[in-house]
Amino acid sequence: MKVLVAMSGGVDSSVAAAELIDAGHEVVGVTMRLWGGSSDTGCCSVADVDDARRVAQQLGIDHVVFNFSDDFNAAVVAPYVEAHRNGTTPNPCIECNRHLKFARLSERADALDFDAIATGHHARIERLTTGTGDEPRWLLRRGADEAEDQSYVVHMLDQRELARTLFPVGGMSKDQVRAIAARRGLRTASKPDSQDVCFIGRTEGRDVFLGSRIPFRSGRVVNTDGEQVGEVPAVELVTLGQRRGLGLPGGGPKRYVVAVDHNTATVVVGDEELLDVSVTEVSQVVWADPRLRPALGETLDVMVQCSAHGAARAASLRTAPGPRLTLHWSSPQRRIAPGQSVVFYDPSNTYVFGGGIAI
Amino acid sequence: MSARQSPVGVNDADQVVYLDHAATTPLRADVLEAMMPHLTSSFANPSGAHRLARTARQSVDEAREVVAEAAGWKPGGVIFTSGGTEADNTIVTSIARSGVGTVVCPAAEHHAILHPVEAHGGVRVAVDAAGAVDLSALAAALDSAASGVALVSVMAVNNEVGTVTDLAAVAAVVRRHAPDAVLHTDAVQAGAWLDLAAIGSVVDAMSIAAHKLGGPKGVGALLVADHVNIRPLLLGGGQERDRRSGTHNVAGIVGLAEALRLAQDERADNVVQIGALRDRLVDGLRTEVDGITETVPRDRKVAGSAHLLIDGIENEALLFLLDRAGVCASAASACASGAMEPSHVLAAMGVTNSTGAIRLTLGAASDQADIERAIDVLTESITMLRRRTASTLR
Repeated sequence: MKVLVAMSGGVDSSVAAAELIDAGHEVVGVTMRLWGGSSDTGCCSVADVDDARRVAQQLGIDHVVFNFSDDFNAAVVAPYVEAHRNGTTPNPCIECNRHLKFARLSERADALDFDAIATGHHARIERLTTGTGDEPRWLLRRGADEAEDQSYVVHMLDQRELARTLFPVGGMSKDQVRAIAARRGLRTASKPDSQDVCFIGRTEGRDVFLGSRIPFRSGRVVNTDGEQVGEVPAVELVTLGQRRGLGLPGGGPKRYVVAVDHNTATVVVGDEELLDVSVTEVSQVVWADPRLRPALGETLDVMVQCSAHGAARAASLRTAPGPRLTLHWSSPQRRIAPGQSVVFYDPSNTYVFGGGIAI
Repeated sequence: MSARQSPVGVNDADQVVYLDHAATTPLRADVLEAMMPHLTSSFANPSGAHRLARTARQSVDEAREVVAEAAGWKPGGVIFTSGGTEADNTIVTSIARSGVGTVVCPAAEHHAILHPVEAHGGVRVAVDAAGAVDLSALAAALDSAASGVALVSVMAVNNEVGTVTDLAAVAAVVRRHAPDAVLHTDAVQAGAWLDLAAIGSVVDAMSIAAHKLGGPKGVGALLVADHVNIRPLLLGGGQERDRRSGTHNVAGIVGLAEALRLAQDERADNVVQIGALRDRLVDGLRTEVDGITETVPRDRKVAGSAHLLIDGIENEALLFLLDRAGVCASAASACASGAMEPSHVLAAMGVTNSTGAIRLTLGAASDQADIERAIDVLTESITMLRRRTASTLR
């Protein structure tokens, strides 16, 4: 196959490219330039492009750079800023996968006559054996390395994208990946994983980044009786469940942010159990396979993951009209911040069914 | 290292059509031959006090005369540099630091002028729809500079779209509205196509670079008139009459001189022959494919330049397909990561949608077969991209 491999300059995508070459594919490496602003971290820095290009040279494949910075700004950065303005939780890495890697890039690959795109994500795509003549069906499975699993951030892949995407390192442990990189002498072999939001510079930080883009409003911190107990300089930076930085006097019971009203710039604090909910509503739901979607009124038992490395919890999923549904937790669950991505797995917690956004 | 794979879509990797001469040109064999002694036996530092040094010094002195002759300049005004960028930075920085007024340039200049002008708080002047400086805007800018104008820098030929500036007309405006200003031209893209002596006769300073003319990379010159004082960017051994320190790049300087002499000698013939090939490329392509606009009318451009706006494609995708098929072309300038950046030149010209902008630049080595192959590959690639992206292109 002709495969376009997205090379971020990290070890996983370096080894992904190497594995594709070994498997006999015709491989071209691409690095997406996503962010025009200054940033010393993540996928967009010149140093990372240098690493990706050098690895491609070492592997003997061509390497190109595509400038998708306008799309990235529109689909990832602007919504990130807006989410903070509106008091919801943004998911920049997921939106980048949804709109850039598995949309803009895969469409570009298609236009350029590639058969597939590949990335270094730790997740697995499996083809379900079906009867002859049937359309092939594709399953998205957690990565083999439990600690590295990234199925959460690629949960939006549908049948069309699953059919044209390859995750060559999804079946490997991180140690295996690093060992392969080291054996091949790739310069990324011991490079640390990227941690931060790629468009926010390490020296700049989130607060400075946001502060130059949206006006911060100071907020009243009140208890559940409505009495003011503290003050925050920026209600836009307060997160549900937060405990520190609320201007509360020391001592007394631990108090958590249990609600944020952005209209009145009010932060409500209270006991931890006030965060517990038994139902979570989810919107903008996408399914790995539309046939998995239960009929209206029916339920589906699922395991649910609500953050990139959070533990999955059992719930019963009920569909509602439109792209919405409700999750009925089998035991009380700490409330999920609105805007957070919620991903459903099968009851064995292995295969991705789909996901959406918590309301 | 593993063996290089056969690139996707390339049947014959040897069949490369090079249409990126505005980026750089291949080193001419006769230029390399002139340089070779200085890369081998004649290796001495020309600033030394022995016989080998004297030999090297003679080569630099002779090269200086050749460059001066080709550009209609005095040998004493030729300052050898590491290339066009250093020449441009030297003139802008030197004059800006003299503190006698502001520095002025058009908005479509090369970044080697634009960025130092911006760094010194200079003034950017509007350009017309072809990318040439707007003379009334220039006059207005010169009149309104409160602290006076110390330098006006206007490129002879635009590197992206190939537009030729009427420097005599620019000079007339500058002499009338800012009589004390130094008029400099970045002539880096002009040497293969225009008479440098004619340009030199109307300006006070000029930048040139060897690698746009069949010479080596890493060498150029800043040409200055007697009354233009240069404060060096690089301090050190005091070479180039204390205007540019650093051991002379003797082979490069000899290569620059030979390349410039040959380019100016062969210029008239090349303009006719390469101009005809350029016309065939553009006309042939426009016959085969609809929705292609020439960014600048041909009578305002140098003979080797084609710059096109192609409907319904993204230039980044087109360049990829051209590359796979062995056709080397360009869009706007590339940033540090290698990604294509939106063109400041096209923006200054008022081109609102430059998504399909592509630059094809010919040189002395271009031939009819190159052009026919380029037409075929471009036609095929544009057609395929339009077909395959019709449903997804926003």
